[in-house]
Amino acid sequence: MEEDFLDRAHSVANARFSRWLVPPAALCIHLAIGQAYAFSVFNKPLSQLIGVSAPAPGDWSIPALGWIFSLAIVFLGLSAALAGKWVERVGPRKAMFTAALCFSGGLLLSGAGVALHWLWLVYLGYGVVGGIGLGIGYISPVSTLIKWFPDRPGLATGTAIMGFGGGALIGAPLAVNLMKFYSTPSSTGVAPTLLTMGVIYLLFMMVGVFTVRIPPPGWMPAGFNAPARPKKMVTDLHVLVDQAVRTPQFYLLWGVLFLNVTAGIGVLGQASLMIQEMFPARFPHATPAATAASAAAAAGFVGLLSIFNMGGRIFWASISDYIGRKNTYAIFFVLGASLYACIPALGHSGNLALFILAYLIILTMYGGGFATIPAYLRDIFGTAQVGAIHGRLLTAWAAAGVAGPVLINYIRQYQIDHGVAKADAYSVTMYLMAGLLVVGFFCNFFMKSLHERHYVPLAEAAST
Amino acid sequence: MPNGARLALSWGFVGIPLAWGILVTLSNALKLFR
Repeated sequence: MEEDFLDRAHSVANARFSRWLVPPAALCIHLAIGQAYAFSVFNKPLSQLIGVSAPAPGDWSIPALGWIFSLAIVFLGLSAALAGKWVERVGPRKAMFTAALCFSGGLLLSGAGVALHWLWLVYLGYGVVGGIGLGIGYISPVSTLIKWFPDRPGLATGTAIMGFGGGALIGAPLAVNLMKFYSTPSSTGVAPTLLTMGVIYLLFMMVGVFTVRIPPPGWMPAGFNAPARPKKMVTDLHVLVDQAVRTPQFYLLWGVLFLNVTAGIGVLGQASLMIQEMFPARFPHATPAATAASAAAAAGFVGLLSIFNMGGRIFWASISDYIGRKNTYAIFFVLGASLYACIPALGHSGNLALFILAYLIILTMYGGGFATIPAYLRDIFGTAQVGAIHGRLLTAWAAAGVAGPVLINYIRQYQIDHGVAKADAYSVTMYLMAGLLVVGFFCNFFMKSLHERHYVPLAEAAST
Repeated sequence: MPNGARLALSWGFVGIPLAWGILVTLSNALKLFR
């Protein structure tokens, strides 16, 4: 019975179904798994589980805790790449159900790991099982949305992927409030918080599982007529995932995503420190109270970045439906490289408002890069296996997750070790990030339509 | 259930937590300008 309900054949929409019910179903998944971006709120309380008010002997170290998030992102990339074909075959409902079980199961396992003080169980729970939920959940609604919105694929996938950015905005205050509720003089309250969040997210994601539908074969929105001749760089044919990864276009898009994300992660990771060190008068550290106020203001800045990261996802993905994907990424790389290169000068000028504005625009394009890529893939490779191809492309995200922080941290440390002032050490890293975006511009510049030999009939693509 | 009601319920279900998260984050961000 359960198998029947989750089966692709049982999730076909009837004639009365509104396609606008599908984006909220996708958001149920993405808003939940986007909690991963807020996992850092647990780092401090997890590092003082024994000492409660301060770390004590036997407490977990921050570097050891950092592996939880890193593992989750690695397993996100691996599961998205490996499970993509399975997701396409079984349909969105079974995939979303699996993602819900894995993600909430990961939270529950890690809650048990915290209660038992077994770090390996937290790694296995949130990092491995939860990470698999992240990967399957991230790609599960993408091809369904593209099929429901052939007229606005950017808007549709941008809405879902906006949810991943927005998940942190919900996950962080939810975790903070739950920890406040459960904490006692002898406990930080992390274990019951993780267990509660596991249950909340399971229920939240299940609403998406029940709501999602796939369109009947051949369905088109009322009043929509596919153009007789496809637009330039937009195909109405289909490529199999195993064939897609043999084309230069796949690797150019891999480079586009990798470079945009590497540069974005690089600035995101150092945003809090950077604003404090570039504007010491606005962020004083003379007394403990001033340090705390400065840290809170810098955290507010990071929160503002998260909102623009989220907003940029739907803004740029929607715009791309009108100006085209190639032009959208050209804007990211030209405007992005210019803004990255201006950041050091804006910092030295002392103009905080302009500095923040530049950062906010950069963050919209970081989010926009994530949100526009599924529609770009759809344009080049067709709709039949776009979810699986998207899954393979997300390895670029996992690679950027390692490359971005390593590049920034090592280059910055190298300069400081060689006598460069802290506020000046950012200049070289910003210019390097701008350089990466110039390389990304050329990856995008060389993108062109696929040769006809790569395409297969829809029936063959659907049955593979 | 009519489609209009289902749409309002579905969008409200995801929109209300998201709006709450944005408001909390914005109120924290205001500390930046104080």
